[in-house]
Amino acid sequence: MMEHWIIAPIIVPALIGPLIVLTMRHDIVLQRVAGLASGVMMLGICLALLVSAAGGNVESYELGSWPAPFGIVLVLDRLSALMVTLTAALGLGILAYASATGWDARGRNFHSIYQFQMMGLFGAMLTGDIFNLFVFFEILLIASYGLMTHGGGRMRLRGGVQYVIINLAGSTLFLFALGTLYGVFGSLNMADLAERAAQLPAGDGALVRVTAALLLLVFLLKGALLPLHFWLPNTYALAPAPVAALFAVMTKVGAYTVIRVFTLVFPETLAPIGGLISSVMMPAALLTLAVGMIGVLGGATLARIVSFAAIGSMGTLFIAVSAFDEAGIAAALYYLVHSTLAAAALFLVVDQVRARRGTSALTLQAPMPGGGLVSALFFAAAIAMAGMPPLSGFIGKLLVLDAVRAETWWVWAWAFILITSLLSVMGFARAGSALFWKPHDASAPADEGFQDAPGTPSGLGVALLGGVLALIVAWTVAAGPATRYTQAAAMQLLDRQDYIHAVLGTPAEREARQAAEAAYDAAHAGDGATPQEGH
Amino acid sequence: MELLVALSIGVMTAAGVYLLLRLRTFPAVLGLAMLSYAVNVFIFASGRLVIGAPPVLGAADTMTDPLPQALVLTAIVISFGMTALVVIMALASYLNADTDLIDIEKPGEQPEIGR
Repeated sequence: MMEHWIIAPIIVPALIGPLIVLTMRHDIVLQRVAGLASGVMMLGICLALLVSAAGGNVESYELGSWPAPFGIVLVLDRLSALMVTLTAALGLGILAYASATGWDARGRNFHSIYQFQMMGLFGAMLTGDIFNLFVFFEILLIASYGLMTHGGGRMRLRGGVQYVIINLAGSTLFLFALGTLYGVFGSLNMADLAERAAQLPAGDGALVRVTAALLLLVFLLKGALLPLHFWLPNTYALAPAPVAALFAVMTKVGAYTVIRVFTLVFPETLAPIGGLISSVMMPAALLTLAVGMIGVLGGATLARIVSFAAIGSMGTLFIAVSAFDEAGIAAALYYLVHSTLAAAALFLVVDQVRARRGTSALTLQAPMPGGGLVSALFFAAAIAMAGMPPLSGFIGKLLVLDAVRAETWWVWAWAFILITSLLSVMGFARAGSALFWKPHDASAPADEGFQDAPGTPSGLGVALLGGVLALIVAWTVAAGPATRYTQAAAMQLLDRQDYIHAVLGTPAEREARQAAEAAYDAAHAGDGATPQEGH
Repeated sequence: MELLVALSIGVMTAAGVYLLLRLRTFPAVLGLAMLSYAVNVFIFASGRLVIGAPPVLGAADTMTDPLPQALVLTAIVISFGMTALVVIMALASYLNADTDLIDIEKPGEQPEIGR
C-alpha cells in the first residue's frame, strides 16, 4: 500500500527547504546535515516507490481526495519511479559533493534552493495533470535560476540572465499550448485527455496537431534538441560545475515529458497525429547528435566540451524515442539513465580540474596537483560518455542501434551514431591530452572568460566523483535486470490502459460510481420533494 | 468581441516577440511582460467568451467556465514572480558586467557599454 507515499518525495523537500532558510540560515553545518538527511530520506522513499512500481501496477494519488479528472492526481508507474529514483540518487550524490568541496558556502541559501529544485523535479515526474506539470516546471526553473547563479561573478550572472529569459519565453509558449489544449479538449488531466483525444470530432484535427506541436516545442526546448539547444552550452559551462552536474537531469525532464505526453495523450495511433511527431523529432535528433559531437571535437574549454557532449547525448536519446515503439523507448530509458550519470560525472571532473588549475580551458599551464587521479577519473567518465566498452554507454548505444533497425530511417541513425561516436572519442582524447599530458607552461594565463575563487582540492570530492562513476558501473553490471525493467516500462507506456484505469477507474468501477451518484441524486431529489408531498 | 480579443492577443504577442528580440535586458523584460499579458487573455478565452454570466453552476441561466479563471490566476502569480526575478537578475548582471546586452561576447572581447 504505497498510496500516500507517492506524494512524500514532494512533501519532504517542500518542508525541509523552508525549514533550512527559516531556522538554519547562519549555520552551514546544520544546513548540510538537514539537506543531506532530506536527500537520504528522498532516496529511501524513491527506492521504495521503485520496488512498488516494478511489480507493474500503476498507482494514482488524488490530492485532497478530489476524484480525477476534477482534482490533481499524482501517478506512479514504472517510468516515473525510474525517473524519481535516478533524480534522488544523483541529487544526493551532488549535494554531498557540493558540501564536501565547499561549493555550498560560496553564496547564500544553496541548501534551501537545492531542496526546492528537488521538489520541482519530483513533482514534474510524478504529476498526472498537465497544468500541474507547468507549475512544477516553474518551481524547478525558479530554483535552477538560483542554483545557476550561485557564487555570482560577471559572466555567470550574464549567463543566468540568458537562461532565465529563454526559459520564460518557453514557459509562455507552454501556457499558450495549455490554453489551446484546454480549449480543444476541455480537460487537463492526462488520462482524461488520452480518452478524449480519441473522441474528438474530425474537424478538430488541425487544432490537435497545433497543440501537439506547441507542447513538443516546449519539451524539446527543455530537452535541448536542435535548434532549441543554444541556451545549453553557456548555461552549463557558466553554472557552478556541481550545479551543471545536477542540470544533467534537467534536460532529461524534457525527454521524460516527451515520452509521457506523446505516448499517453498524442500517440501515433491517434488519427490527426500519425507520424507527425517522429517525422519532426528524428531529423532534429540526428542533427543534435552531429552538432553536439562536433562541439566536443572543437570546444575550447572542458566545460563547453562536456556541455556539447550532453547535447549530443540528448540527440541519441531522442533518436531512440522517435521510434515510439517498445524497443525504442526501452533503449531510450536505459540510455537516459546512463547519459545522466555520465554527464554528471564529467561535470564533476570539470570541477576537479578547475579547483586544481583555476580553469578548464585547454591551454598550456602548470601541471595540476593530483592530476593522475583526476585524469584516470576523466578517462573513465569520457569512455562512458563516448559509448566505448566496457561501460554502460556502449550497451546503451547498442540498444539504440538495435531498436531503430526496424525503422525506415535506420541507415541514417546508424551512420550518425557510429560516426559521431568516433568524433566524441577524438574530442575527449584531444581534451584529455591537452589537459593532462601536454608539456606545461607555467606562465600561460588562465582564461575561461571568468574564474572562480580557487577551490581546495578535496579528497572527499574525488571520492564522491568516484561514487557517481560507481553508479555507472552498477548500471552496466545490472544491464540485464535494467533492460528488463525498461522494456516493461515501455510496454506499460504503450499499452496506456493501466495508466488510464489507475487514474479514472476501470470501466466497472466507473459504472459503479455512476450508479452510486445516481442513487444519491435520487435520494436527494426525494428529500427536496418531501415538503411538496406534504401539501 | 471575438475579433477584438483575438486582435489584442495577437498585437500583444507580436509586440512581446519584437521586444524580446531586441536582445537587451530592459526591452526583453517588457517583451516578456507583454507576452504574459497576451497568454493570460488567451487562457481566459480558452473557456469560451461569455458576457455577464457568473462562473457558478445554477446561479443563472448561463454560466461561464470557472477553470480558465483559476488557471489565469496561477499564470498571473507565476509570471509576476518571474518578472520580478528577471528584473533583479538583469540589474545584478548590468551592475556587474556594465552591459545590458543579453548576448555573451567571446572571452577577451570588450563588452559594449549599455546605452
